[in-house]
Amino acid sequence: MTATTLEPATRQEAATVEFRELRRRFGTTVALDGLDLTVRPGEFLALLGPSGCGKTTALRMLAGFEHPDSGAVLVDGEDVTGVPSHRRDAGMVFQSYSLFPHLDALDNVAFGLRMRKVRTAERRARAAELLDLVGLADKRERFPHQLSGGQQQRVALARALALRPRVLLLDEPLSALDAKVRLSLREEIRRLQQELGITTLFVTHDQEEALSMADRVAVMHAGRLEQCAAPAELYGRPATAFVAEFVGTMSRVPARIEDGTAHVLGRRLPVDGPVPAKDTAEVDVLVRPEAVGVAADADGDARVIAAAFLGAATRLTVRLADGTEVKADLSTHDAAGIGAGTAVTVTLPDRPVLVAERKG
Amino acid sequence: MARLNPWRWGVLGLAGLYFLIPLAASVIFTVNVPGQGVTFDAYTEILSADGFLPSLRLSLELAVATIVIVLLLMVPAMVALRLGAPRLRPVVEVVCSLPLVVPPIAYVAGIATVLKWGPDYLSRTPLFMTFEAVQNPSFPFVLVLAYVVMALPFVYRALDAGLRAVDVRTLVEAARSCGAAWPQALVRVVLPNLRGALLNASFLTLALVLGEFTVAQLLGFRPFAVWIYSISGSQAQLSVAVSVLSLLVTWALLLALAGLGGRGRTTATRG
Repeated sequence: MTATTLEPATRQEAATVEFRELRRRFGTTVALDGLDLTVRPGEFLALLGPSGCGKTTALRMLAGFEHPDSGAVLVDGEDVTGVPSHRRDAGMVFQSYSLFPHLDALDNVAFGLRMRKVRTAERRARAAELLDLVGLADKRERFPHQLSGGQQQRVALARALALRPRVLLLDEPLSALDAKVRLSLREEIRRLQQELGITTLFVTHDQEEALSMADRVAVMHAGRLEQCAAPAELYGRPATAFVAEFVGTMSRVPARIEDGTAHVLGRRLPVDGPVPAKDTAEVDVLVRPEAVGVAADADGDARVIAAAFLGAATRLTVRLADGTEVKADLSTHDAAGIGAGTAVTVTLPDRPVLVAERKG
Repeated sequence: MARLNPWRWGVLGLAGLYFLIPLAASVIFTVNVPGQGVTFDAYTEILSADGFLPSLRLSLELAVATIVIVLLLMVPAMVALRLGAPRLRPVVEVVCSLPLVVPPIAYVAGIATVLKWGPDYLSRTPLFMTFEAVQNPSFPFVLVLAYVVMALPFVYRALDAGLRAVDVRTLVEAARSCGAAWPQALVRVVLPNLRGALLNASFLTLALVLGEFTVAQLLGFRPFAVWIYSISGSQAQLSVAVSVLSLLVTWALLLALAGLGGRGRTTATRG
């Protein structure tokens, strides 16, 4: 390892991380229920899921703060499940401000190097270099309570990178920040990660964050991996109904499968992905709001029940004849004449549709 | 700060009188000797008085030993409690508060009984000298043991307040992910952030040990408080002078503590 050298960032071999059949329960709650996931070298992977889905537990297992009941964590093919956290070689940024309150920014960043017994002059130089990297060269002597939330997380990022870890772990590092800072820090984290080419795991419950930053997004639900794919694929071709509804907005429209095609809203559309086994089945078609067409039609049997102005687009909530509610995004210009109470017709584009089992 | 209106001035004044009148009376009593006018003889006599320095030194030694032991016992225990078993906190709180409920007189009666029967039981074991050793008059370790128990409620509360103010778990995990082993994380990260709490706990323990009378007297030792009592019978002015002096010593220590805490804060705010 090159943890203690001080040459300018020579790109080191990025590590592969593997979770194998990880299981963990806390009392009666199952945090991880057989998680299998591989993170490629140099990849920025986001773990996305609702709270309690086990994403943080998985991250903490890689950091060495939690231990699995069964299964293994591998870094570069080497089983690190039993390695104590201070020898894991994983830099971590925490959700809450985790800087050491009694040390200034420079000493916070230098802390790890001090633990590795790097000489004072060397570690100060390296820490200064890292603060420079996160754009806080002028804040070296500030104590954590003198820094803003965003600055604190930058220092925490520099501290996590100080030991040149093989893996960078980010546990919802942006969730305590206000929206503007969050956006700029998002870009900065991504830039740094690409510059350093370090394998990174990022835990978040914010799908926008996950989709905009990550190379791949792993969606977790109830301790299991639902789907791990690039953001565009995750959005466009969700593998499960859970992913479809968790990522982005999805509406369910009742449909009927006959001969491998879906009968929905009076049309026959081909099915995207596997068709339910039975020949005829009652299913739901999943549609994104931007795919739904809505037009004012005095004879239409659907009614707009709400319209929300979002800027360029307006989101209409439409109640179909059978009572189903569908969300549709129209450009604000097109939605001008369509207010709540308007009778409309709802159409779907001529594309294959995603189907899911009928809910409840 | 709230403005001081006449009501508050009144209350402050009354409280001040309540504290200051006895103090002033004590001071006047020690310096104003009938027939001789104002004299500081009582204070100069203290230094030459028989047993003053040895008893003061014994009290300070006992205080230091008690502080060291009670902190070594409580700091790791409370950090572990916070990190490992937060649900046990109420249990530990109750246990640590018990010394407040048990009167010292009952406590010392128990200790005396144990000290009496102990040697009989241990006479055939290699430990038979233990009870002798802990009662060594030049440094009665049994008093340290007793004071450690008596200090538990104060130390517990001081440390608990300190631990509440910092997110110990996150700090320890951050330190661990920076390559610090457990002991390093404790010493380099947790302790510096508990400095105020440690100083508070130390000061409360110091005050407790300096002023403790019952246990020491009944077990037959002569630390400072017992010495003041023993001298008051023969030399009234001297004993009051010593009391005034001990009050000043306590204040000096309190100010020193405040100074230490204050200095910490100014270094922390310097940019």
